[in-house]
Amino acid sequence: MTNEFEPKIVAFVCNWCTYAGADLTGTSRIKYSPNVKIIRFPCTGRIDFMLLLKAFSNGADGVIVSGCHPNDCHYTSGNFHARRRWITFRVLLDFMGIDINRIVFAWVSAAEGAKWAEVVNSTVNKIKELGPYENYREIINEVWEEEKWEI
Amino acid sequence: MKNPFKLLRKALYTQWIEKLLSTQQVYGPVQQGKRVNYRRIASPAELTDDFIIPENSVKSFVFPRIEKLFSFTGNKEGVSIEDKNLEAIPYKVILGVRPCDAYGILNLGAIFGWNPADPIFSKRLERTTFIGSACNKTDDYCFCSSIGGGPGNTQGSDIFLTKMETGDYIAEIITPKGETLIASDLELFEEATGLEKEKYLAVLPRRFDDSHMEEKINVVFDTPIFDEYALRCLGCSACAYVCPVCGCFDIQDETRGGKGQRIRCWDSCGSKLFTLHTSGHNPRNTQGVRWRQRLMHKFSYMPERLGVRGCVGCGRCSRHCPVDMNISEQLSLISEC
Amino acid sequence: MGGRKMGNLNEIAAHLLQNDDVQLIIGYGEGSAGRVRPLFVSNKKATEKLLFDSRCTQNLASYLYKKEITCLGKPAIVANIRTLRGIIRLAAEHQLEDETIIALAVSTGDDVKELRRLEDMEQYLSEADLQLKKEDKALLDKLNAMTIADRWAFWQQEMAHCIKCYACRQACPLCYCTQCTVEINQPQWIPVASSKLGNMEWHIMRSMHLAGRCIECGQCGEACPANIPIHLLPIRLAEEIRELYGSVTGISKRESCEMSSFQPDDKEKFIT
Repeated sequence: MTNEFEPKIVAFVCNWCTYAGADLTGTSRIKYSPNVKIIRFPCTGRIDFMLLLKAFSNGADGVIVSGCHPNDCHYTSGNFHARRRWITFRVLLDFMGIDINRIVFAWVSAAEGAKWAEVVNSTVNKIKELGPYENYREIINEVWEEEKWEI
Repeated sequence: MKNPFKLLRKALYTQWIEKLLSTQQVYGPVQQGKRVNYRRIASPAELTDDFIIPENSVKSFVFPRIEKLFSFTGNKEGVSIEDKNLEAIPYKVILGVRPCDAYGILNLGAIFGWNPADPIFSKRLERTTFIGSACNKTDDYCFCSSIGGGPGNTQGSDIFLTKMETGDYIAEIITPKGETLIASDLELFEEATGLEKEKYLAVLPRRFDDSHMEEKINVVFDTPIFDEYALRCLGCSACAYVCPVCGCFDIQDETRGGKGQRIRCWDSCGSKLFTLHTSGHNPRNTQGVRWRQRLMHKFSYMPERLGVRGCVGCGRCSRHCPVDMNISEQLSLISEC
Repeated sequence: MGGRKMGNLNEIAAHLLQNDDVQLIIGYGEGSAGRVRPLFVSNKKATEKLLFDSRCTQNLASYLYKKEITCLGKPAIVANIRTLRGIIRLAAEHQLEDETIIALAVSTGDDVKELRRLEDMEQYLSEADLQLKKEDKALLDKLNAMTIADRWAFWQQEMAHCIKCYACRQACPLCYCTQCTVEINQPQWIPVASSKLGNMEWHIMRSMHLAGRCIECGQCGEACPANIPIHLLPIRLAEEIRELYGSVTGISKRESCEMSSFQPDDKEKFIT
């Protein structure tokens, strides 16, 4: 057993493309890193930025957000709306000093089982390099460490 | 009669703080950028005395903005509760406490000491020593002298210091807690005569006559005086949170996995949600009524039930109000009724 | 010029009340300690107390939908540039109807333009200077130039002073939701406690909900009792949205929200 850091990663994926894609990864017997926990949404348009914050505040070291390629959305435009939201959200997080390298955005279709494995593996490697998200852990743990509370 | 005043030389004051630092946590007014706040210090050099009043009040030392009440763990048998370890509450000395702030602690103590007394508040109060510091200047928002306080008011302080022009201090030991604090440093405090404290105090004329405030505010209850004044009130909670006496709180559970803790957070009667019922009905349905509640609580309900007022005239609520809701102005209007 | 009249603030206000064109004037009056404060005038005599000068920076548009104010009748509102942009944006978001308020556009107390229709206000704004305040621009540039670690340290230090009083929300003309996300407790999106996490998530949420809507008036930062430059958060997003999509908010009653629209060819470089 090694004591290597195993990042916790939450993946928010859409039902129609990436979730099916991740299924294909499995049925194709492609192995990928077990660090990721997948949460299925009807559409990327439903993935509220607050959910990403919730992942971090519950101790995630990284987040993956993935859905249908542009023009492939089951609901026509959910991913287009989501894309604008992410563009803006990244700007805000970066401005506040939050490491946007810890959030990976991808388009993975239902046919891209191999791509899903690659997205997960590369994200896990990237987060392993970055290490645990200490800055964020400090602020989420604050409320549990009463002795550290300032006045 | 015992002379209440002792002399604490400038150099010995620093020496005394250094000794305090070696035995407990020491806090005092610290300048950080444009702000002055009561903060923990590691050396007496961090302290400042060039300010009217710090942004935060000393209420946080006995009634912090977040207070853990107890923690709980869920398991197969049910839930086990772990009480807060009151003995872990540290001993603290707060330096440079403004007279209004110290007075506020007494009044806040009346709320939390109301039978049954709040054990956490009581323990914090027991372990915190307040070193009052006389005001040598005031601003347009200060009105302590109008409601029973003043720049040299020692109520609520355990030790009270007045700085003289030489930089030395006139020290008054007010409470047994104050006596205990200096018990091993008695040699630093010289017996002295002829010290005139009054001479070093700021002069703050009374802004209104508060002698019948408790009756008058009840009389104006149904008049438009509050509604008219509160038209511009935005309904934020800034006034309550900076107030040294506002004691309202909200109980929240924070959970993570199978464990959790119950915490107490500041709350404010100025906010619409404070009284909103589940049915959708809100008994304090407009901002004017909520503003009235704030004043009634401080000047009618608290005096009636607890024998103290809920306001000490620090003026923080007015200083920090984004729309210039000025409590002393409203009280003046009421006093003229 | 249809509906545009010029003149002295107090005279125009008195005239409007006398003619019963409006029942209320929302403006500024002398406050305490050299400050000005919002003033609500319903009778002609009290219009003498209205003033306008460089201290009158508050965005009064946030009063336009408060029920304590709307029950007082049709208002005329003393409007600086920020307030006008607030009115236009509220109209664009269908919170105000045309010709339900009169704006008294002011640059000094003696040069007042009476704007009765949203179109007039748009016209007025088209000639106005919409630049950020110099000190805001300077701090924004300074923050943008910092390393990410320094920005984190800056905001953590500033937000340690946040007491979660929600003055920022209450002062914002565009925070008109009757129930705010922060007040929802099933699920509890944002911790109620003014902890580091609670404070930060609150400001992220507030800024994101203003993305594409913020009119850059800076009112949230001015209202903050702890003097935290929180207005720079939504302003930073407004800056980015202006660069990316070329849109400026609060200038046209027909403008949309960039967060609720899209282009199929929106550019980004981060999606793999």
